[in-house]
Order: sequence, then structure tokens, then C-alpha cells
Amino acid sequence: MASEVARPENAPQHCPGTESEEAGKASACAGCPNQQICSTAPKGPDPGIALVKDRLEAVQYKILILSGKGGVGKSTVTGLLSRALAKSDSEKNVAVLDIDICGPSQPRVMGVVDEQVHQSGSGWSPVYVDDNLSVMSIGFLLGSPDDAIIWRGPKKNGMIKQFLSEVDWGKLDYLLIDTPPGTSDEHLSAVTYLSQANLTGAVIVTTPQEVALLDVRKEIDFCRKTKINILGVVENMSEFICPCCQKSSQIFKANTGGAEKMCQDLNVPFLGSLPLDPKVAKSCDNANDCFEEISDSPVLTALENIVKNLTAKCNEK
Amino acid sequence: MLESVKHIILVLSGKGGVGKSTVSTQLALTLVEKGYKVGILDVDLCGPSIPYLLQLEGNDVHQADEGWVPVYTDQTQNLAVMSIGFLLNNRNSAVVWRGPKKTAMVKQFLSDVCWGEIDYLIIDTPPGTSDEHITVMENLKGVKCDGAVIVTTPQEMSVEDVRKEITFCKKTGIAIIGLIENMSGFVCPHCTECTNIFSQGGGKSLADLAGVSYLGSLPIDPRVGELLGKACVKELPESPSAKAFGQIVDLIIKN
Repeated sequence: MASEVARPENAPQHCPGTESEEAGKASACAGCPNQQICSTAPKGPDPGIALVKDRLEAVQYKILILSGKGGVGKSTVTGLLSRALAKSDSEKNVAVLDIDICGPSQPRVMGVVDEQVHQSGSGWSPVYVDDNLSVMSIGFLLGSPDDAIIWRGPKKNGMIKQFLSEVDWGKLDYLLIDTPPGTSDEHLSAVTYLSQANLTGAVIVTTPQEVALLDVRKEIDFCRKTKINILGVVENMSEFICPCCQKSSQIFKANTGGAEKMCQDLNVPFLGSLPLDPKVAKSCDNANDCFEEISDSPVLTALENIVKNLTAKCNEK
Repeated sequence: MLESVKHIILVLSGKGGVGKSTVSTQLALTLVEKGYKVGILDVDLCGPSIPYLLQLEGNDVHQADEGWVPVYTDQTQNLAVMSIGFLLNNRNSAVVWRGPKKTAMVKQFLSDVCWGEIDYLIIDTPPGTSDEHITVMENLKGVKCDGAVIVTTPQEMSVEDVRKEITFCKKTGIAIIGLIENMSGFVCPHCTECTNIFSQGGGKSLADLAGVSYLGSLPIDPRVGELLGKACVKELPESPSAKAFGQIVDLIIKN
């Protein structure tokens, strides 16, 4: 990827590329509105990329959790997957990195709302939920739950770089990176910084209705444009089982065939679907370990299957 | 371009997927039913939902001498819509832009669309408190903005992010018209038992805590999601959702 020249879409014909030594100085640059920026900006790839590579050397699988749509359960699914992976084998180390800067949810999902991050000689120490499960989120750095992070892109970019290069994870088997909705700064930053760090791939989360799928298709397009391997799609909230009569109903109707159909159309793997269980939402709200609280929930059986598919996909790579 | 717009209302939420776009379209359609001329501006650039929700996908925006002509839902031209969805040639392609490019697009949406004489302009936003929001807020400084309607779902996960949005409004001086709690309860079609899937009461208690007015709660009704461009108050007049929308719109008009 480093050998590829980053050339803006609307660049003049013989643009040497914004990261080239010649940027802003070549003859083709004369008259380009960007000339001055190019000639003065530092050259070469961001030094952060190499730092991230070094820091994440000891992490076997690095997985992004993506979705174009908000509120489909990226954070909840990330939390469930990480707990399931950590519980499946106490020898395996799992960590969650939350790069949703404006709406961090991992502290709540993992039940560590009031914890704080400490600085040590080897970097930031993440918050440990269990012996083999750690979390890092901007939520730990805020003074009050009301604090809003009103940042434009470049500041978010800096924060993500720090999260990726300065957290002292130790040796990890799985690092799950939870992202905000969309295809913008956070995603581009993460992908850029992870470009040399051997990213395993992305898990895409969606709900069954077309309004969500519409945005999720854009996310799949994003993965293809940025050459991220798609490990598979998880459909969340696929059905609701009434706690009173045990009958199933579709709240978010799959009016265009749902996630499975979309996966067939776009030729991406389907990992499985998770039913909607109010008890899961409640247990996240109360910051409890839902594996102990809802051991009889259909969500857990479905999750087991997804974890099996996911680990198989990871091993393929 | 916004001088001929009488009222501007922002629809905000820190959290994604809580129903901002659905609420925006239903508020607009309810206002149209009441005889107002309305516009919807969709500034969610990475995930525009309004064209789909109003079944306007595939329409084009035209350039006229005065600026961009929005897409109208029908001949009466009572509802005008502008979204990046109309500018993309493929509904599946992603808009992979960093902040500055998004900022430029949002600025253009705010300054170059010729809305004409309309009573209400509803601005639907993406989740978060970042580039799009800062740009909208900065560019609305010169014009009269009525304020923001904030949408949340009841569970703590969502309320937590919405609190941040309220702080954003307070810091940037945007008045808060009120808070709507969406997806409050689900009535099982088999046994009519009402389950609070995403817990309950989170919206009300947040409104009390933050000192903003509470506009009402909307139950989960799969039929509303399937209306696609039709007004809930007209198609399902007896549903609790229609009553809630009617009440909320009355409060907004009175405001």
C-alpha cells in the first residue's frame, strides 16, 4: 500500500501524488489549487503507521466491527463477541478498542463505566474486565457523562492514532475495534493507521430492514474501496420473541429479504443472525455480564454459532 | 437562501438508529397535512435515508439560475427534499469523505438550495457531534433557527450519547424545542402484551434531568416504518403513533 501513490481524484494529469517528494514542486503542480499545501506539508507516509505496526505486532487477529448505520448493535455485538471469545478459552487474550469518539458505548456494554485509564512507562494501560479481557475507550477519559466531544476530523484522527499506537495491550489473540456509524474520518484513520499492521478483516453488523441495509451496502462498498477483507455480516435484531407468549414477530421487517439476501447479492459471507432479547439490552444498561444473567437466552445459542463461523474465517486468513 | 424560510428545526441525536430520519419525515408529513409548506434537508452524507423513506430514490436535483432546485414529493410542491442521495449515481456507493469535504457539501446545501417560500425547514442530521453538526450550527448563526428536536430511545446506552448532544446544543447556543422518546414499547401482535424492548422512561427522565421539555413518546409500530412517504396521521389515524405525532407537531407549531 505504501508503494501506491496517493493521488487525489481531481488532481492534474501528471500529479506526482500528495506524499511524493516532488509534491507541489513538479511541473504538473503549477496552477493546482493545492500546490502550496503539497509543497509545505511533511512528505512520506504518516510516521504513526509504523508505530501502530510495532505496537500491534503481538496481536494475532485484528478485527474491525463496522456498520454504515447507527444503533444496529455494533457495540453490543462487539461486547458479546469479545466476552464469548474470552470465555471460550481462558488462555486466549481478548481486547476491545472503542474508536467511537462522539458516542463511546463500550464502558457501559462491558460494565466498567466508572473506571479510569492509567499511564505507565509502556503506554496507557487498558481497563480489565476479566483476566483475559481488556477495554479502551474515550469514555474513560471524560470527566462527566454529559461531556460532549465536539471535535472535527483532524482531532479525532489524532486520538485514534494514540489509541492504536499507545495502548499497552500486552500479548493478544483478538483485538476487536468498535467503530462509529458512517464511512468518514474515524474509519479512514483506522484503515490508514492499520494499513501496515496486517488487519484480519471486518465484521459488518446490520438489522434486517431496508433503511439499515441501504447504509450497510455503502459500508461494504467502503471496505472494497479501501481493500478491507470482509469476514462476514451479522444480522442483529432479526426477530423478537415475546416473553409472554413465546411467539416470534418481526419488528424491523426484512422487506427486501434481510441481511442474508444482501450477502448473496453482494457475495459476502453471512455469519448468522441474533434475535432481539430485551434482557440483553437491560443487562447492558445495568452494566452486568449478560452471560451470567441470561444464560438461557436464545441470543447465546445464536452467538455461539457466529463465534464458530468467525473463528473459522479468521483461521482461513 | 434561507431568508424565505419561516422556521428552521434541527432533528438531532447523539445516537444512531434511534429514528431521526423517520421522525423527520413524519414531522414534515404531519406539517404538510396541516397545510404548511415544508422542506427537508438531509445532511447525513454517509448514510442518507430520506430519499428511501419518502420513496424518492432515483430523482435528480436540477440547477436553476437561483440555485439547486430541491426534489418535490408531488405536484402540489408542498414538500421539498434535498439530500446527497439525489446526487449519487448508485444507491450502494459509499461517500468516503473526511471532514473538510463534508463541511463544504453541508455549506452548499445550506446556501445554494432554492427552497422558495416555505413555512418549515426540517434539517435531519447524522449521529454524533462532529463536522456536520458544527458546520450546520455555524452556518445557521446568521438566520433564525427555532431550535432542535432531540430523538432518543429509552435505554441507557442511547440516553448516554444523547446527553452529549444536549451538552452540544447548550455549548453552541442552539435552543432545544424538546425531546422525543422513540421505540418506547412493543405490543405483541399475538398476545397484545406490551414489552419495553429497549427499557422504558429513559427519555422522560433525561428530559427532567437536563431541564428540557418532553414532547412525547412513540411506541414501536412496524407499520410506521413501512409507510414510506405517507403521513402516519392520515394512514393510521387511530394508532398511538399518529396521536403522538399530532401532539408533537402541535407543540412545535405553538413553540
